[in-house]
Amino acid sequence: MRAVVARHPVWSGVLALLALILLYLVFAVWPDALIDRIGRKKVFLNALFNGITLGGLYFLVASGFTLIFGLMRNVNLAHGSLYLLGGYIGFFIADVTGLWLLAFPVAFLVVGLLGVLLQIFVFRRMEGQDLRQTLVTIGISIVLADLMLWGVGGDFYNINPPRWLSGPLETGLITSERVRSSGEVVTSYLKYPMVRIVIFLASVVIGVAMWLVLNRTRIGMLVRAGVDDRDMLSATGARIQLVFVGVFFFGAGLAGLAGVVGGTFQSVAPGEDIRFLLASLVVVIVGGMGSIPGAALGALLIGCAEQFGSVYFPTYAVVLTFLIMVVVLAFRPQGLLGRG
Amino acid sequence: MYKNFMTGTSMLALLLGAGAALADAHGGPLKVGVLATLEGTYTALGEDGVRGLRTALAQADNQAGGREIEVIIQSTDTSPDSAVRGARKLVEQDGVAIVIGPLSGSEGIAIRDYSKTQPDVTFINGISGAMETTYVTPSDNFFRFNTDGAQWSVGLGDYVFNEKGWEVVATVGEDYSFVYTQVMGFVTDFCQAGGEVTERLWVPLGTKDFGSIIAALPDDVDAIYLGLGGGDAVNFLNQYQQAGGDANLIGGSIMVDGTVLNSKGDAKNALIGTPSSGPQADTWDDPDWQAYVKAYQDTFAPEDRFPSPSLLATGYYNATSAMLQCLGEVGGDLSDGQAAFRECLTGLELDAPNGTITLDENRQAIGSNFVSEVVELDDGSLVTQMVKKVDGVNQTLGLEKAAFDGVGLPSRDTPACQSSY
Repeated sequence: MRAVVARHPVWSGVLALLALILLYLVFAVWPDALIDRIGRKKVFLNALFNGITLGGLYFLVASGFTLIFGLMRNVNLAHGSLYLLGGYIGFFIADVTGLWLLAFPVAFLVVGLLGVLLQIFVFRRMEGQDLRQTLVTIGISIVLADLMLWGVGGDFYNINPPRWLSGPLETGLITSERVRSSGEVVTSYLKYPMVRIVIFLASVVIGVAMWLVLNRTRIGMLVRAGVDDRDMLSATGARIQLVFVGVFFFGAGLAGLAGVVGGTFQSVAPGEDIRFLLASLVVVIVGGMGSIPGAALGALLIGCAEQFGSVYFPTYAVVLTFLIMVVVLAFRPQGLLGRG
Repeated sequence: MYKNFMTGTSMLALLLGAGAALADAHGGPLKVGVLATLEGTYTALGEDGVRGLRTALAQADNQAGGREIEVIIQSTDTSPDSAVRGARKLVEQDGVAIVIGPLSGSEGIAIRDYSKTQPDVTFINGISGAMETTYVTPSDNFFRFNTDGAQWSVGLGDYVFNEKGWEVVATVGEDYSFVYTQVMGFVTDFCQAGGEVTERLWVPLGTKDFGSIIAALPDDVDAIYLGLGGGDAVNFLNQYQQAGGDANLIGGSIMVDGTVLNSKGDAKNALIGTPSSGPQADTWDDPDWQAYVKAYQDTFAPEDRFPSPSLLATGYYNATSAMLQCLGEVGGDLSDGQAAFRECLTGLELDAPNGTITLDENRQAIGSNFVSEVVELDDGSLVTQMVKKVDGVNQTLGLEKAAFDGVGLPSRDTPACQSSY
């Protein structure tokens, strides 16, 4: 930490200042001048929290995508379909058994196994042929999308969270204070959907666990070595195909898991596959191909950009995410945390 | 030699082509193209639109004027360019004589413009409801047998102000022509009754995450008008419930339609008791309406349809019925640039299940409008129940044309909230 600050004194200063401003905006009671300028604090806080939780969802989808890409150089354009499939599986499991929590492992396993099949029957046969892989995965995504449309129709599916998760939570953060004519002070606190908080915490746990596995275990070491030099790793006798299958299973499973999450606080329907594929592409390009911390940072940026955009300048909200992507590509083409 | 061969082949091709065209004019199957949103946010809406079309065709045994009807369905995704691309494919590639569609507001405006470049093809609107489609530079070969989004709002503003006692309202809507038209109808009605619209929030069509919009909703209003549809509506309701929202809601026409009321999950329950308006009410006891609902139910297996037709199914059903009726009247004869067929459409008094429909000079429908409330049936399903019916609603909403033009074309901020126009 100290070394980083010493190396980049200016940037560290700017970041520290931004962090302070953010803390002030979150915890202080806003003076009227500020409210006149940028609106009510409740709106700002909600946009911030929503951006972060949406970032959590994007991270779940994009981390699998970036992991697979980083290790195998496969651009799996069927990743969005895996997300959608996970969502549908999650809905039916939760609907039939009534157990929301059960939906997660089932979706993870089933979609992960489909990923293994993809790896064995598709990617292994065309290793190193980027264009062919890209085209084949686009084809697979179209076929999967049509099969799902055929199977479950074009309706919108909402996965209902259990009762203890539905409804809002009082966060204790003050959104406004109003003095009434009687001298009494009315304080309103921020209410925030419980389910979004839980989902965000879960994605943080998954992200940290992934980072730990990658950096602190033997399997992680194999994966990292594979990312750096695949041929050398296999020359040392590591069973690289097994590692590939494992990573593909995990990456696809994460997409399925994210599908259940997305179905809970948004909805699953045809077309979501493309949307989340696009989102994870943008996240991965912004964060840096193959980097897990990069995916986290990218997801956070894109999530916040979407939410702040939709509240503060709705007309251009759609452009904002792509603007971020363009700026990153122009000044740091390898991505914010990517290696050049 | 080679040249001769080529000339011969071309002549043959021309002859064959002409032969096909001749066959087209005198009997043989008649190709009808259909545009419906079978992709994206409005998928469920497009699917039910097609069901409405199939219901009408099934009633007519797939025949009109002694000719068999061959349907070619083309999917769109609510964007104007997808609609034009689809229409091009139907007209220029498949060679259809009649196009039924599109479904979504801005698609309709684009198809109106495209129809002007294809004077030999007749376009009958599916259910798209933007006002401009027929009110601004109307096209001679574009017919609309459904009332537009503003007409669908007639009676609602008055009802919520006088019956519900809601005086201050904010609106949330998808940012495109149809919802502008809907809000226009609501605002003119509501403000003339004495209400006040304080804020209008717009979100892009296809928004999934409404968290921040929900937080930005004002607290100091009596009710919130929701102009959302399809997946957007379901997502909004889902997140609105999770955020603990409990304001009074007013529904736009496709917000409280069968496509949302039959979605899976609990989100839709937030709509129980919500007043709304549109070209139909699900539980209307009129015998014609009941017969139509039965026909819809009989045409499809229960798992392949909604419990009762959505307004999109009704729109496509009416468009198809109008086509079939006029094809029958002219005996399937579409010669002379479809002159006789179009004349029949222009003068048609369509005996639609949701009330009689006639066309004005812009070939725009004049028909009935229904104010309704969402009720829960004994089996737990949600339907709209009529509370008021307004007949003979025209496109200028009962205003003089000059006064109506003074209101301005619907947009984000137009019309202003005034007590008279």
